[in-house]
Amino acid sequence: MSAVTATDIVKTFGDVTALDGVSLQFEEGIVYGLLGPNGAGKTTLIRVLATLLKPDSGSAVVAGIDVVADPVGARHKIGLAGQSAAVDEFLTGQENVEMVGRLYNLSKGEAKRRADEVLERIHLKEAADRNVGTYSGGMRRRLDLAASMVGRPEVLFLDEPTTGIDPGSRLDLWDLIEDLVAEGTTLLLTSQYLDEADRLADRIGVIDNGKLIAEGTSDELKSRLGGDVVEIHVEEADRQGAAAALRTVSGEEPTIERLGLSIPAVRGSRTLTEVVRELDAQDIEPKDIALRKPTLDDVFLTLTGHMAEDQVSKPASSDRQGAR
Amino acid sequence: MTTATKPRRRMGLSDTLRHTAIMTQRNNMRLLRIPSLILFSTVQPVMFLLLFNYVFGGAITTGTPAGADQYINWLIPGILVQTAVFGATATALGLTEDLGAGVIDRFRSLPMARSAVLAGRTLADLVRNSFVNSLMLVVGFLMGWRFEQGFPKMILGLSLALLFGYSFSWVMATIGLAVKTPEAAQSAGFLPIFPLVFLSSVFVPVASMPEWLQGFAENQPVSVIANTVRSLMIPEEALLPLGLDQGTLIWQSVAWITVIFAVFAPLAVRQYKKAVG
Repeated sequence: MSAVTATDIVKTFGDVTALDGVSLQFEEGIVYGLLGPNGAGKTTLIRVLATLLKPDSGSAVVAGIDVVADPVGARHKIGLAGQSAAVDEFLTGQENVEMVGRLYNLSKGEAKRRADEVLERIHLKEAADRNVGTYSGGMRRRLDLAASMVGRPEVLFLDEPTTGIDPGSRLDLWDLIEDLVAEGTTLLLTSQYLDEADRLADRIGVIDNGKLIAEGTSDELKSRLGGDVVEIHVEEADRQGAAAALRTVSGEEPTIERLGLSIPAVRGSRTLTEVVRELDAQDIEPKDIALRKPTLDDVFLTLTGHMAEDQVSKPASSDRQGAR
Repeated sequence: MTTATKPRRRMGLSDTLRHTAIMTQRNNMRLLRIPSLILFSTVQPVMFLLLFNYVFGGAITTGTPAGADQYINWLIPGILVQTAVFGATATALGLTEDLGAGVIDRFRSLPMARSAVLAGRTLADLVRNSFVNSLMLVVGFLMGWRFEQGFPKMILGLSLALLFGYSFSWVMATIGLAVKTPEAAQSAGFLPIFPLVFLSSVFVPVASMPEWLQGFAENQPVSVIANTVRSLMIPEEALLPLGLDQGTLIWQSVAWITVIFAVFAPLAVRQYKKAVG
């Protein structure tokens, strides 16, 4: 059975078209990753599917229920963890989760049992009786996730679950989400990070300017991108020489990146070795050289012709993986 | 292809009441966990009480009726109304904080009655106001305040002040949800409050004001409520020179409370839908 079926959803805010006819469908028991830069429409789509926003047109069915016609019915079947950890600092972790449980119409006793259960699952049992004010950012995100799970939702929406938390907590959260998936929870998550979607999602939809511009498994998308690249950063004075060196290795014109130049690593790490040798021969010392996986930039560059950063103020380097 | 089932579920009254109770409890638990909030929500009205009684009180005698010759007896009923109205700003602050923290989004994704968010907030503020105003009476008593018409009428007066504060919470909810940030809510909330509280009979008799001001000052809701509470606490004969009648005042107070609630509760609900949609 299909977990989410969205058909031709349009949502505008004044002059801004946030969603410009988005359709997507996926079945139960999988993780669907919605990938895109800030302002692409990811959050708006989640808010429509989670009954927080009414679309201007189009329809959405979640867990068998039309979210526009029967939002109350749909709310019994969904869980939402929004972009900011929506937890109350002045209550304890246990109280936060129990309150949400009781708002799902669980009895006091049930809500308590269920809160114990999810807090255990999310590794917050020990901190359960502490005020959330004392929690780290990662712990708050986990608690938020616990709260979204307490009503045993059939479909769970996670809006950028790891944005703004430290790398260690990010890995913890990934493990946790993988556990959930192993237990059969259907998940729709949004992300700005290709590696995150790559690791967690069974299927990925790429969204840009309110449109779904590509869809498929991670491998399918990557094959459209063409695999790893060698990227070098050099002094401005060395740019001409470096471009020539890369041309020698790849036999084609290098791609101009934000901070340097790149060529496809058609022979994997051997391409890297060849580039190093060629640069050395021309006496050019690169400031940085890396064999890297395609990034969100590459996805966007390939699919749309513009970089994700055109719309995001965040520095590109934080998305990149360095030399392996 | 999925076929959507359409069992339109509506919230029953018992669900709404239960959810409202949970929200009220949540907001009050927050209050108890933030000692500074309790402290400042009580210290400020106590300061007003001390300031007006001991600093300005000596100078304010013009027009205070005979039976209320002690300024504290004039002041306390006014302070109860002032505290309840000032306390209503907490509604605007609380809602904007929840809005900013994404907590309201969480609530809206839950199968709970939507009205419970606003009702729980305003009721929690009513509980807090009740506590603060009871404390005002204790402090007032220590400063020499006495009620002259018996306990039931004193409680009726206190209740009217609190109910007025409750209906004013919905005004504040409307303002808070319109401006959306706690900082703006703080400033915007006081815009209607200052003229209403200070151009009134709360602190001074209206007769002491310039004539062009008296029309407004005498008939605006804060004065009506303050006069009503006063009429239930100071000796009955003291009211006569002011041309005020207890029965009429109570009737007018109930009317104001009802009208403000009836106008602003729907406005607040509409603003809530706009703010979160």
